[in-house]
Amino acid sequence: MSVPRYWREMPERTRLEAAKCNRCGIILFPPRGKCMNCGSESFVQYALPRRGKLITFTIVRSPTKGFEKQVPYVLGMVELEDGTKITVPLTDVFPEDVSIGMNVEAVFRKVFEDGESGIIEYAIKFRPTL
Amino acid sequence: MIMRKVAVLSTGLTKVDKHWRKSLRELYGEAAKAAINQTKVPQLDALIIGNMCASDLSDQNNIGALLADYLGMTPSMAYRIEAACGSGGAAVLGAYTAVASGMYDFVMTGGVEKLTDGVGGNTTYSLGKAADAEFELFYGSSFVSLNAMIMNHYMHVYHTSREDFADLAVLMHKNGARNPYAQLPFPITRDTVMNSDMISDPISLYDCAPVGDGAAALLLCPLEDAPKYSDTFVEIVGIAGATDTINISSRTDLLTLNSTVVAADRAYKMAKLTPKDIDVAEIHDTFTITGALSVEDLGFCEKGKFHKMLANGAFEAGGIVAINPSGGLKSRGHPVGATGAYQVAEIAMQLCNKADKWQVPDAEVGLAQNIGGSGSSTYITILRRAR
Repeated sequence: MSVPRYWREMPERTRLEAAKCNRCGIILFPPRGKCMNCGSESFVQYALPRRGKLITFTIVRSPTKGFEKQVPYVLGMVELEDGTKITVPLTDVFPEDVSIGMNVEAVFRKVFEDGESGIIEYAIKFRPTL
Repeated sequence: MIMRKVAVLSTGLTKVDKHWRKSLRELYGEAAKAAINQTKVPQLDALIIGNMCASDLSDQNNIGALLADYLGMTPSMAYRIEAACGSGGAAVLGAYTAVASGMYDFVMTGGVEKLTDGVGGNTTYSLGKAADAEFELFYGSSFVSLNAMIMNHYMHVYHTSREDFADLAVLMHKNGARNPYAQLPFPITRDTVMNSDMISDPISLYDCAPVGDGAAALLLCPLEDAPKYSDTFVEIVGIAGATDTINISSRTDLLTLNSTVVAADRAYKMAKLTPKDIDVAEIHDTFTITGALSVEDLGFCEKGKFHKMLANGAFEAGGIVAINPSGGLKSRGHPVGATGAYQVAEIAMQLCNKADKWQVPDAEVGLAQNIGGSGSSTYITILRRAR
């Protein structure tokens, strides 16, 4: 992954920054060019809540490129406290201990290493609430 | 706006397989020649081809010119359409509008895919690009794992089991065993699915469509001209495409393929038909969960009930609607950018009584549903036997 490509998505991936529509108030994550609800183009920066509940998950046993060392790893969909849903990796938990409905919280973690000469990508993951 | 009626004049397929000896152009060439040689049209005005992965796996772009050249069609207009696994259906829609608008008379379309040109994890990675690269793929998601989350959610909400989904794979293999173009033409049992390797819980290997190569070609022309060139053609009576959020977490309901609901509704209205009128359907069962959501969202059964209808034989010939007599993506195979073209061609074959051992008796009206991504786009084509 190129450095600019990684760098420009940092607000969303490392700070959970979303867009809040100035007209109808809907939260868009990731942000869009126009509001999918009312068509407005006016947004204000909005920090998503850092806690939520796990709606669904999967244990990945056949990884994609770059994630071979992490198998088995857990990907989940979290409904945050304001109702926004996001797809995120789960961390700090054994796959067999993950269950639908569990409370989770945001934590800063390494996602993957881009080969020997590439950069190391970091982002928000979620862990069971401490 | 006055649009011309459009016919599928002829079709050609290759068997879906690991075609190690055949290149991208040779595969489509084989299917296209089979379609072209069934009829004697005066000229071929355009080629609109569906393909997803050639730039990743075969280092080839500009597929339109490549294939027009190979088929001796230059200087006719040609281009490629990419809509992930929906590329084939999207190409047929593009060809339909080209003929219906009156701009072109004889248009070659279809799809081609060479997945076995990928090395190592490249094929899985390339297929994963159907999802949101920055907010799904980035985290190590694959096409399988995103659908696995949908399946896990379905099982939780509707209290269904892996076995319920396995039975859909069993039916697909029973059907595909009769289809000479199928990649996996053999029957399986529920245990085959349950005992297969877990890929991304709860999706196991036999919940998934296989990786394969293939090409499907269709020749479209104005309906009023079709009788001059063929005795066996079908009319495209309804066709539509629709989209949904590319990121599955942005959807209000994770268990509804809204692009399928909307595209089907538009296609049914255009054809002045309802789900009850459909005799045979080729649906997009990339994974058993995708097949389940598809039969529900096409209006063939209520939400959360696919497994009960399946157990009652509703999806077999003689039931409510014959689902995937070809074996579907699960058994016929899933050469991604060609799959939607296979589906439309297979429905055309059914309606022309050309499906031999996998023929559904007395099929008059058929539907093809082709999905791109995890439901982020759908292309629906409804065909009727020409009268």
